[in-house]
Amino acid sequence: MTRTAVEAQRLRDLALLRRVRDRIDREYAQPLDVEGLARGAHMSAGHLSRQFRLAYGESPYGYLMTRRIERAMALLRRGDLSVTEVCFEVGCSSLGTFTTRFTELVGMPPGAYRRRRPGATEGMLPCVARQVTKPIRNREAPVAGRN
Amino acid sequence: MNITIHSSMLPHDDPDATLAFYRDALGFEVRGDVEYGGMHWITVGPPGQPDTAIVLYPLAATPGVTEDERHTIAEMMAKGTFASINLATTDVDGTFERLEASDAEVVQEPTDQPYGLRDCAFRDPAGNLVRIQQKS
Repeated sequence: MTRTAVEAQRLRDLALLRRVRDRIDREYAQPLDVEGLARGAHMSAGHLSRQFRLAYGESPYGYLMTRRIERAMALLRRGDLSVTEVCFEVGCSSLGTFTTRFTELVGMPPGAYRRRRPGATEGMLPCVARQVTKPIRNREAPVAGRN
Repeated sequence: MNITIHSSMLPHDDPDATLAFYRDALGFEVRGDVEYGGMHWITVGPPGQPDTAIVLYPLAATPGVTEDERHTIAEMMAKGTFASINLATTDVDGTFERLEASDAEVVQEPTDQPYGLRDCAFRDPAGNLVRIQQKS
């Protein structure tokens, strides 16, 4: 292949990964898994995971779970759903996995987060609130109280 | 001072697909389509708002961008991490239905966000993120 052809193929591959990532953003509350995402993009799960990580710096599973935890934080702040209800609402089928990942990303378990009900975004511009309420990607949250 | 925001720039890589999205699906009017050496600069904007426009420009023609930088930007566009724009409408749900029916790539259904607005999101054909929020 010529250099142009190689480059064009590379851009098509990246656009395919973008569609997988957008699908996670759109359908995170469905029972999505990496196998299903890979099938939708006509590639193997291993290939998708490797390529996705190369492109975005984290695995598709990691991206999916972070998206779910982000939405869970918003629902817990609202305060009208229990932790279990929130877990299923955001597409997690295992309360254990949900609690573990939530604690890793947020720095406290979902129950504690719900009790605190941080109202920190009140009065904040929506575009700012959107940024600051995102869980921290690619690294664990600082231990609560240290920041 | 009396300054308005006149036009903002978004990169594109396919004039036909770009017109299909911004003109046919989003309903913008085409105010200019300048062609030079096969490249297109396309100016679009919402009907009734002649003072606001988006110029869709070809990445390849940007002067001062090195070959490596152009590669990187083209890859970021394809990945969907380069450019974005926020639009607003009085009917976010109707707009979503119309765009979804046009086969535009959906990123997010209309959702009540915890920070107090309702919005949805699409990709334009070049991978730019187009977020559309409900006007209050």
